[in-house]
Amino acid sequence: MIPTILFYAFAAILLIAAFGVITARNPVHAALFLVLAFVQSAALWLLMEAEFLAIVLVLVYVGAVMVLLLFVVMMLDINVETMREGFTRYVWIGGLVALLVAVEIGHVVWFRSEGMQFLSTPEPFPADYSNTRELGSVLYTEHVYAFEIAAVILLLAIVAAITLTMRRRPGLKAQNVAKQVAVRREDRVRLVKVEPTKD
Amino acid sequence: MVTVAHYLVLAAVLFSVSVAGIFINRRNVIVLLMCIELMLLAVNFNFIAFSRLLGDTLGQVFVFFILTVAAAEAAIGLAILVVLFRNTRSINVDEMDTLKG
Repeated sequence: MIPTILFYAFAAILLIAAFGVITARNPVHAALFLVLAFVQSAALWLLMEAEFLAIVLVLVYVGAVMVLLLFVVMMLDINVETMREGFTRYVWIGGLVALLVAVEIGHVVWFRSEGMQFLSTPEPFPADYSNTRELGSVLYTEHVYAFEIAAVILLLAIVAAITLTMRRRPGLKAQNVAKQVAVRREDRVRLVKVEPTKD
Repeated sequence: MVTVAHYLVLAAVLFSVSVAGIFINRRNVIVLLMCIELMLLAVNFNFIAFSRLLGDTLGQVFVFFILTVAAAEAAIGLAILVVLFRNTRSINVDEMDTLKG
């Protein structure tokens, strides 16, 4: 009974947040609604006993990706009003396409399911079941190559983001540390023999 | 009781909402990126629901990789967005017609 109530509460907040993301006037509000949607999804994944992924969703998405997104949204000076032109015209098209997609997915789920028991509740795992251990035991054995490719993709993202956004401004004054370290006494100090003057 | 169908319906509605969002916010690149993130989230819901239904961890491994790739995509997409804004002072999709012949 309690899981059902929790499911409906989390699902309702998730859908409200999703509507907030697509209708918010201010992109900062949209980003904050997206944070709410991710947190609700993490709660729903916990209900589905996918604990590791729920924690990863909060840590990686809410903690890193959304912060990056908020930084960019606040850094850019966006003219909100020109973005909203033709809003009412596209609401109808968007709603129509969304309805179409929902009907298509529903059709596939209900009529092409090949005898899958969608209306069954999965058996809860025993108390000593560890989702993280289960995931790790296949991730580091069967899917180790995919895991390494994922690491390379993350490295690629780092390199790409840095090379895209780094810029060299002309006339920028900076220290050349190597030159500073390599300097010798003879280059800088000149001893001058000064004749004492008599008056 | 909460069945697998509940999660599938929720994921379908979430996906539809984000598809509608792409049509509604088709001028604003940042909100488009957010809608793509929502779509990936809906897909992840499906993967986890089927992983529980079939008792196979592979679905959750897949979600792990989707999260990785989506994080990389967000980082590169936002970097491109920053460079675009630096060059044109605007992120309006309608003004991105430099490549038009």
